[in-house]
Amino acid sequence: MVDPYLRQSPLAHLHLDARAANDADLVGAGLRLSERAHLGMINVRGVAADPAFAPAFKKATGVELPTAANTTAGKADGVHAIWLGPDEWLVITPPGREHALADKLRAATKALHAAVTVTGEARTVIRVAGANARDAIAKGCPLDLHPRVFGPGQCGQTILGRADMLIHQTALDRKSGAPSYDVFVLRSFAEYAWTWLEDAGREYGVQVVAAKG
Amino acid sequence: MLLIPCPFCGEREESEFHQGGEAHIERPKNPDKLSDAEWADYLFLRDNKKGLYLERWVHRHGCRRWFNVARDTATNEIKTVYKMGAKPPRGLTKGRAK
Amino acid sequence: MSQVNRLPDGGRIDRDQSLAFTFNGRRLTGYAGDTVASALLANGVRIVGRSFKYHRPRGIVGAGPEEPNALLQLETGGRALPNQQATRVELYDGLSADSVNCWPGPDFDLMSGIGLFHRLTPAGFYYKTFMWPASFWKYYEHVIRRAAGLGRAPTAPDPDHYDKMNAHCDVLVVGGGPAGLAAAAAAAASGARVILADDQPELGGRLLSERAEIDGGPAMDWAAAAEAAIAGTEDAIVLKRTTAFGYYDHNFVGLIEQRGAILPDGGDRSRQRIWRVRAKQVVLATGAIERPLIFADNDRPGVMLAGAVRSYVNRYGVAPGKRVAVFTNNDDAYRTALDLADAGVAVAVAAVVDVRHDPSGDLVTQAMARGIEIVDGAAVTGVQGSRGVRGIEVMGLNEAGDGVTGAARDIECDVICSSGGWNPAIHLHSHAGGKATFDAERGIFLPGETLQAATSAGAAAGTFDLAGCVDGGAEAGKAAAAQAGYKKSPRRKNPKIATEDEAPLRLIWTVPTTAPTGRRGKHFLDQAHDVTAADVQLAAREGYRSIEHAKRYTTLGMAPDQGKTGNIPGMAVLGQALGVDNVGDVGTTTFRPPFTPVTLGALAGRDVGPLMDPVRMTPIHHWHELAGCTWEDVGQWKRPWYYPKDGEDMHTAVSRECKAVRDAVGILDASTLGKIDIQGPDAAEFLNRVYTNAWTKLGNGRCRYGLMLGEDGMIMDDGVTTRLADDHFVMTTTTGNAASVLEWLEEWLQTEWPELKVFCTSVTEQWANATICGPRARDLLAECTDIALDAESFPFMSMQDATVAGIPARIFRISFTGELSYEINVPASCGLSLWTALINAGDKYGITPYGTETMHVLRAEKGYIIVGQETDGTTTPQDLGMDWIVSAKKDFIGRRSFAREDNQRDDRKQLVGLLTDDPSTVLPEGAQITETRLERPPPGSTVPMIGHVTSSYHSPNLGRSFALALVKRGRERIGENVYLPLDGGVARAEVTGPVFVDPEGSRIDG
Repeated sequence: MVDPYLRQSPLAHLHLDARAANDADLVGAGLRLSERAHLGMINVRGVAADPAFAPAFKKATGVELPTAANTTAGKADGVHAIWLGPDEWLVITPPGREHALADKLRAATKALHAAVTVTGEARTVIRVAGANARDAIAKGCPLDLHPRVFGPGQCGQTILGRADMLIHQTALDRKSGAPSYDVFVLRSFAEYAWTWLEDAGREYGVQVVAAKG
Repeated sequence: MLLIPCPFCGEREESEFHQGGEAHIERPKNPDKLSDAEWADYLFLRDNKKGLYLERWVHRHGCRRWFNVARDTATNEIKTVYKMGAKPPRGLTKGRAK
Repeated sequence: MSQVNRLPDGGRIDRDQSLAFTFNGRRLTGYAGDTVASALLANGVRIVGRSFKYHRPRGIVGAGPEEPNALLQLETGGRALPNQQATRVELYDGLSADSVNCWPGPDFDLMSGIGLFHRLTPAGFYYKTFMWPASFWKYYEHVIRRAAGLGRAPTAPDPDHYDKMNAHCDVLVVGGGPAGLAAAAAAAASGARVILADDQPELGGRLLSERAEIDGGPAMDWAAAAEAAIAGTEDAIVLKRTTAFGYYDHNFVGLIEQRGAILPDGGDRSRQRIWRVRAKQVVLATGAIERPLIFADNDRPGVMLAGAVRSYVNRYGVAPGKRVAVFTNNDDAYRTALDLADAGVAVAVAAVVDVRHDPSGDLVTQAMARGIEIVDGAAVTGVQGSRGVRGIEVMGLNEAGDGVTGAARDIECDVICSSGGWNPAIHLHSHAGGKATFDAERGIFLPGETLQAATSAGAAAGTFDLAGCVDGGAEAGKAAAAQAGYKKSPRRKNPKIATEDEAPLRLIWTVPTTAPTGRRGKHFLDQAHDVTAADVQLAAREGYRSIEHAKRYTTLGMAPDQGKTGNIPGMAVLGQALGVDNVGDVGTTTFRPPFTPVTLGALAGRDVGPLMDPVRMTPIHHWHELAGCTWEDVGQWKRPWYYPKDGEDMHTAVSRECKAVRDAVGILDASTLGKIDIQGPDAAEFLNRVYTNAWTKLGNGRCRYGLMLGEDGMIMDDGVTTRLADDHFVMTTTTGNAASVLEWLEEWLQTEWPELKVFCTSVTEQWANATICGPRARDLLAECTDIALDAESFPFMSMQDATVAGIPARIFRISFTGELSYEINVPASCGLSLWTALINAGDKYGITPYGTETMHVLRAEKGYIIVGQETDGTTTPQDLGMDWIVSAKKDFIGRRSFAREDNQRDDRKQLVGLLTDDPSTVLPEGAQITETRLERPPPGSTVPMIGHVTSSYHSPNLGRSFALALVKRGRERIGENVYLPLDGGVARAEVTGPVFVDPEGSRIDG
């Protein structure tokens, strides 16, 4: 594993931790933003119809292969799997665990037609939460995120403003009805996406919060 | 702005997709056997029909899968979508002009 | 005295909230709840502008989006909004508005002289007058635009912001009148997700302007209850001040919400918001728009729509005049007479002139009972007063309705309420491909078949009585909810609504005078564009038979109001002129979005400033920024172009960078290169098919350059691909084509060769790439890694895994400059650490960061192509002299096309080098090349061009300029001279081979 001091998230230059400390009293803000930096990600391709594939996937990751469209499996703060397409998934791991898990996946799928590629460096994740999280995202996303059709554990690859986005609803606060989303964007689009979200949250108030990892 | 039912992701807005031209144009198995005219037909000639049209789309900003769409070019009604390699559903004739 | 026309009481305005505003510099006041139009009328302002072509004085006609005349320039500076309809702008404190199309002001307009020459400006005037000579249009256009211009576009930046919102619902109801409220309430009660959009600040629609009753109380009480019921439903969205401006395919509807109209300083709120609504079902309860009767001089200030006058009286507490005449062909306009008669002593009803004989409906009876004079079977044949109505001339109307009888009688009045019936507002229905059917009896177009999941309800569907609107709306809302999957709806109680018995209207499309149309007064169809009935008749005589053609020829309905009042009468006038029995057969023009104008700010939304287009940044971006680089845009990427040191210009900086790479070592951020991970047992076979060369025998850990063609045989992309394992490759692509190449590969895999077991995954952004390049590159790298770097252990065109500066890396020994070069790939998050480590370690070797310009110079010196620069989509590998990379032993995409006749021509353009006679001349890229010297070709002669310059630079290594070019039969011409006509004269250049530096390749190992 690389020395963490050699690593920089694509939003590091925005000094979000300092912002978070500064924003600590903005608890009433409708939009809460944080960067979940350095999450491990493994792109997995495979043949869902092959009866050996899902068990191999489960064996390596401990997570059920999500085969239904736009769904995820596993815990959002641990290892989880996101459906990307009929033969493509994204496995998310806590920082630093991706290479070991990728090796396990490769071993488990060795005899199958599959591809395992570590891709976490290519993206970052912005956690978007708060009472107006859905409103803010809806300003630039054509996907229907209404709780009647999109709930916790659901995901979709779509658009945010002018960037591609993978969105995963990680939680729904039962009391307030406020959702939490993980927004995955390519690293090079990270600053655009962050700026876009802050702008979209202007009317609701934005609080930058410290990442929980 | 069309609403396109991606066979994999479900209904999504047209802006997530890219249209890929007429469907069911197969690459000739042995290009050398073709005359220049036949090769040019494969390369360049496509129907531009008013009415039912079988075309390919790719869900560029979604699952990145290609699929076929049967669309009426006059009304934009999407009759059906079907996966690559599948034949057009019964009752839908190929978009090529007679 | 202020607000002379304000009634002492009544209306939905807030008389406790006085609002100051200015109109053409005059300071006026109105009340909260006013529109600019109602406030102007309250203040007795009659003339609000001058007409488009004749500069005739014009007043307010309508009370909504149908208004043709009252177009205002709102505010100044960055907030200026041109062509705002006074009838649609809510009054706010401090508002400033000016008339458009008049100078110096509407009351005295220097351009009005044009009216005297009206015979010179008939239909098609501009086409006829300014057609010839065509080259003079550029001069005419200025003058015409100034004379005919409406508002002025702002030139300062807009301080407000605008945004967009995507929304989805089961049922979208457009229009918050009685039908829309009933529809939305019914749909919401069924459990559907409902969006109700209405363009007014208050829901109620027509009810705001009428004295109607529902369930024995004011109809607005019913409306308020319905609104509360809808708003109280979970997931319902009620949007006021929101106009549906466009209805697009698959039930996609664009709405524009005014959010900051009242408070010009919206702060963090957007001033306007576009809602992009995707609805499962749409209920169009868009109401109806009244059409005027077309009589002589019907454009005089004071001629208004009868329903609009009712709005001013009932909703705004304004009587637009003191003595009002009504001219009608229907019963509805009698409501205006009744409302005015009941408005108090301030206003009197002069008479109702009715084109029908013996009108008999309930409303007529009520009018008679009030003692209102009714002149039946009569026509208004003239209007007295040019700057404002002073009276009307009335004559008898004959049986056919095409001539007048009897003696003329003058009636004194200052306002004429004109009503020719109501047209269902089918605009949105029509936007999305809906057909219109003509109801000949009522002379209206009704919504017909639609391609969308939509229904029309209420007046929009031709139901004009209140009970019918409420009932029809509720039914439509319930049905729409059911269609969207909400089949259970609670029982509904129909409210009690009394309905007056109304007699049919009498269709009179142009009201005759004693002279043929146009000879005695002007019958205006389209006041906004000054199109008269005579213009349309002329167009018919000149052969225009289609309404679509006549519209464009006369410009009928092409003004900002889009002919909301004049189109149907205009269509009828054309029909009559053509002798068509059923005027409906003429058809109506196609309505297109937007229903009302949409500001460019709203359309741009947040795609402005830094959010206009994403700036893609490499992991090393901020280092470059601190180093003071100049940026080059490559697609959405920012790449360092060059790094000027203090005081350096581009030439000096690039020369310094070029020398450093050839003499010592340079470092380039190549992170933007596309990278695709290709895995699977058929990966090599797949590469064989997409690249021109063979891949099967490439050893593990070895790299190979590949050329990718389109099926037409033309070069599409290039890059180096490396074999990591038998079934595993990593491909690089050009920066600009990273996404399109991956899509191309996926397309072939998914659509043509699904049998190939290959998976492609983009890893472009997984890796940062620092490329060190130059004779000292090995020395530098040796300081940062343990692996053996000698040419034998780590040969050219191979790859090794290594640790560089403590970071796991893939090092590729490939070169785009001809120098010893290592492309060091590390996980993207470590890119900056790698870069700074190399910079620090390289200090003693004189490491020099270089940008894309230096990269381009160095590669061009070696004759290496750049796809998109040396190629343009018509370039084959053979044209570039790259036959060496084209396999003859296998099929691949594009191969068959080499045999096409055009690709076999022996005079194709080929890649060569050019050296100008003058070594300081850097030819412009794109410069055309000729065979012979032609200083000044005779006019009309053609000069054969034999090619063009593709790349051109000054080379510090050569000490002179050089260029690459595509030249016909170029390789045969090596050693010959060609000519390049440039701005400053003709340059001569010698054709050379395309490789200028180290043709033997001796530098590659350092």
